[in-house]
Amino acid sequence: MINFTLNGKEVSVDAPDDTPLLWVLRDDLRLTGTKFGCGIAQCGACTVELNGMTRRSCVTPLSMVEGSYVTTIEGVDGPEAKAVQAAWEAIDVPQCGWCQSGQVMSAMALLREIPNPTDEDIDNAMAGNICRCATYVRIREAIKNAAKELEG
Amino acid sequence: MTNLNLSRRGFLSTASAGLVIGVVLPERSRAQSGAATAFDPAADPATFAPNAFVRVAPDDTVTVLIKHIEFGQGPNTGLATLVAEELDADWSQMRAESAPANDELYANTLFGLQGTGGSTAMANSYMQMRKAGAAARAMLVDAAAAEWGVPASEITISKGRISHPNGTEAGFGAFAEKAATMTAPAEPKLKEAKDFTLIGTDVPKLDTHAKTTGQAEYTMDVYREGMETVVVAHPDKMGAVVASFDDTDALKVPGVIAVREIPQGVAVYAKTTGAALKGREALQVKWDDSKAETRSSAQIYADFSRAAAEGGRAAEEVGDAMAGIDGAAQVIEAEFHFPYLAHAALEPLDAVLEVTDGKAELWMGSQFPSLDKPTLAATLGIDPSEVQINVMFAGGSFGRRAQPTAHVAAEVAEIAKAAGGNGSWKLLWTREDDMIGGYYRPLTVHKMKGGLDADGNIVGWHDVVVNQSIMAGGPMEGMMKDGMDPTSYEGATKMPYDLPALKVDWVRQDSPVSVLWWRSVGHSHTGYATEVFLDQLLEVGGKDPVQGRLDLMKGDAGRDRGVLEKVAALAGWDGTKVKGDRAYGVAVHESFNTYVAQIVEVSDQGGFPKVHKIWCAVDCGVAVNPNVIRAQIEGGAGYGLGSVLFDEVTLGEGGTIMERNFDTYRMLRINEMPQVEVAIVQSDNDPTGIGEPGLPPVGPAVANAWRALTGQAVTKLPFTKSVGV
Repeated sequence: MINFTLNGKEVSVDAPDDTPLLWVLRDDLRLTGTKFGCGIAQCGACTVELNGMTRRSCVTPLSMVEGSYVTTIEGVDGPEAKAVQAAWEAIDVPQCGWCQSGQVMSAMALLREIPNPTDEDIDNAMAGNICRCATYVRIREAIKNAAKELEG
Repeated sequence: MTNLNLSRRGFLSTASAGLVIGVVLPERSRAQSGAATAFDPAADPATFAPNAFVRVAPDDTVTVLIKHIEFGQGPNTGLATLVAEELDADWSQMRAESAPANDELYANTLFGLQGTGGSTAMANSYMQMRKAGAAARAMLVDAAAAEWGVPASEITISKGRISHPNGTEAGFGAFAEKAATMTAPAEPKLKEAKDFTLIGTDVPKLDTHAKTTGQAEYTMDVYREGMETVVVAHPDKMGAVVASFDDTDALKVPGVIAVREIPQGVAVYAKTTGAALKGREALQVKWDDSKAETRSSAQIYADFSRAAAEGGRAAEEVGDAMAGIDGAAQVIEAEFHFPYLAHAALEPLDAVLEVTDGKAELWMGSQFPSLDKPTLAATLGIDPSEVQINVMFAGGSFGRRAQPTAHVAAEVAEIAKAAGGNGSWKLLWTREDDMIGGYYRPLTVHKMKGGLDADGNIVGWHDVVVNQSIMAGGPMEGMMKDGMDPTSYEGATKMPYDLPALKVDWVRQDSPVSVLWWRSVGHSHTGYATEVFLDQLLEVGGKDPVQGRLDLMKGDAGRDRGVLEKVAALAGWDGTKVKGDRAYGVAVHESFNTYVAQIVEVSDQGGFPKVHKIWCAVDCGVAVNPNVIRAQIEGGAGYGLGSVLFDEVTLGEGGTIMERNFDTYRMLRINEMPQVEVAIVQSDNDPTGIGEPGLPPVGPAVANAWRALTGQAVTKLPFTKSVGV
């Protein structure tokens, strides 16, 4: 039995230690906002927060999260989350949408780290998140808009 | 159901929830005949409700049933806009819902069956959805007139409010019940374009919020009580089949329920995804390669190249191209190679099937429900009427989910059949399954020859296209004419240029490799080959890339001319191909009746092109939602750019597929995405496609800029194979 705090609530999961957190979130806990895209930490669709840091849940074994704090797209909160999601909606960033939970998680983390990111900062923080629809132009714009909103 | 009025041109019903309106299907589609029988007044109202496009609920919400699958290209928003426009609804009251699988009601009017593809969603829905909205409006007006005792002509509707000059006012919901008793107008009156208030505006997309908050529900997100997760061991050579397998270790994995052979491979059934994946790892499968493609990509290119030299069948002929080339002052030749490409939609293929006492319910990102349904039914041995398909949001498609073979529906049905009895199963393809699973953009060779006279004018053009046919041998074969498959060479023919002598030949090649339409289909290679080769001829002939193209354009190529002139103005084109360390390339290409021209700015970064900016002009008729159009152009350009720069599915020694995931099949990333500036040509023409046409010009524009900068003509794709190696 592995115990951790998920989106502010304590949970216990009975699954093999090496089960990727992604499948625990989806199959056992039925939080399906976190997506599967590659399974080898190449695409970022499965991005969650583990103890405040972004983490690819597809390569994170369940055993690693014992006693940790995990936040998924369903549990995001705070000024960065609100600003990022509002900015995303304002310019209709998503197309197919499959990668967008991961994009939002990475963008939030970026703005907590760097409130006024340059293009280079955005490239560095977001290059791990593939968008096959190539919504990148809008992701960049939305992050800048969110940064402005947080500043104002 | 208390009242029902059926007219030849429309129908309606009162479901408990309010007004339901559907419209008329086109005269010649298969839909028409079926539609009449679908509205038997004696039938259960519950089965009537989905047979319609518009639902007005007592709470004032208007739900539009969307017959096209939403995977990012925007039909939920676009089709709802058409209804809202004619209904004079307020955008905030609009909702969209996927229509279920029903050929009679939801056929694509251009296909005659229910399906999405060929960038046709808006083109085939434009009048149909507007009529649906206009009919609803007329009935609401009649209902209000009857209730208020005033002439219908005195009633107006604006932003979802029905009102009369005497001050009486109400929402739609108040009349939902009564409107259902009104007669549907035979031919509802449509607005004139000048009166549009929603069409042509950037109304917010209806699916954005759900997709920003993780709430949007896709196939993979469906969980049924007692559902088993199934992964299948597939061969990594195209056309291989199971010879034998050993499941001893797989069955020892906790959570693995069973291992069963199906025609597609060996299926591992498990309680969880984790167990299914581990079980498949532990499985030993021996494959029978006797019917597989065992040539490598290099061997296939060599074979295709030889076939090109032998010549093929003419797809288009103007004048005597060979004589033109023979008599030319200068002859230019080039052979272009285009690799197999995977669509690599970010949500891999998947399906959930539940079987209950001879009835089946499928959840899937089904792009051709009309084909998935009978295939599923046949495999399960049940009547198609016992199959319900829930068309889910899909995490991208780019052509991959439009399956003439219905192979995903077939695979999940085989899984259920092998298990037997009642149950529910989720078929999950991993990224590796998706990459090695075939259905690629066909590997293609263009062998090109062009002749110039002493003044640099083109006097002969010969393009031999060699590839597999997408349509041959499948259910689409009937669409071929005289053995010719236009999707193999579309775009190489019917160029906008007035060349005195031209010949386009097609050489069909067969292989066990499965091929499919990949975003923009034939145009994905013909746009590149023609626009790069033409650019070379213009350069050798001493012509400007923009003016040279304009000078060549046919008299009736006004829309090609329009986008090219517009993009030249947008980018400030002055004929200078290289400025400092930046070079500029141009390309123009029509696909799916939409005209797109692009100019790109490129620099050399460490021996490889870096694309900084794309200027784009697009003419897709009436721009229903300019924001969605811009998004599709941005996305199409990004998708095309990544592919020409990085991507190839390679058959290695013995035919083994080499690329299995994103570590070797590179996706364009944010740091590689250029700025994109889009200008939309104002037009009164009916709307045409936008999902695909943004793609074809980007590759050739980049190649043309790169040649201007470095002198290197890139004819073998991807760039990583030709440049900086």
